[in-house]
Amino acid sequence: MLGYTITQWLFGVLSFLAIMFALMVVFSRNPVNSVLYLVMTFFCIAGHYLLMNAQFLAIVHIVVYAGAIMVLFLFVIMLMNLNEDTEPQRTQITKIIAGVAGGLLLFVLVGSLKGTEQLQLQSYGASQIGLVKNLGKVLFSEFLFPFEIASILLLAALVGSIMIGKKDIK
Amino acid sequence: MINGISINYYLLLSTVLFIIGAVGVMARRNSIIIFMCIELMLNAVNLLLVSFSTLHNDASGQVFVFFIMAVAAAEVAVGLAILSMIYRNVKSIDTDLLSNLKK
Repeated sequence: MLGYTITQWLFGVLSFLAIMFALMVVFSRNPVNSVLYLVMTFFCIAGHYLLMNAQFLAIVHIVVYAGAIMVLFLFVIMLMNLNEDTEPQRTQITKIIAGVAGGLLLFVLVGSLKGTEQLQLQSYGASQIGLVKNLGKVLFSEFLFPFEIASILLLAALVGSIMIGKKDIK
Repeated sequence: MINGISINYYLLLSTVLFIIGAVGVMARRNSIIIFMCIELMLNAVNLLLVSFSTLHNDASGQVFVFFIMAVAAAEVAVGLAILSMIYRNVKSIDTDLLSNLKK
């Protein structure tokens, strides 16, 4: 197909969709729509992970981000009853300045990346490191201590969010 | 270009996603949308870590992304608790109204 392999087509389509949905997150006026577009962006990024054969991360990404974090966002938005009418808007001039600042940042970063070496992802699609078996071996041997620390971090976050969310602490 | 995709395309994609997130943080006033844009920026970095991990055939990058996801989950839980507390006190999550520390 026009000299491109199927992998390159998939990469192009997924990238295009991810960028489009990301733009919709920023530009949509209704917060609920923003959340749904962000979920679509996360699915596109999970597709990218699958393309790189990082299967474990693709599944964890869908479960943690699309499944847990975005549902949490959606619940909070529904609790606060946010919609288009209550949505605060910045003035036009601030939006233009934000756009120009972003464009300049893009200009600088792309300019700095322009001269980099063209390295191909060699074992693309055949890479074995992203499989659950191999990643689990690394995680539970080399990174066992950080893994245990992460559980303490999650416990601290759990206690902290309950303490903050409580109405009156006696 | 035979089969693989050059790392430069992943660099460009991550840069664009990161900057869309940064523009969102600058252009919006709703705290929750700002929070979501920060998540978008985190994901752009995650994507780049995974692509470099595949490039160098090294699992450490993917393990690092796994830890970033755990930290992001903790961050979102605490952040949304703070936002709902702010909403309970101020009845709004407009960032321009949260200027008590300036007075």
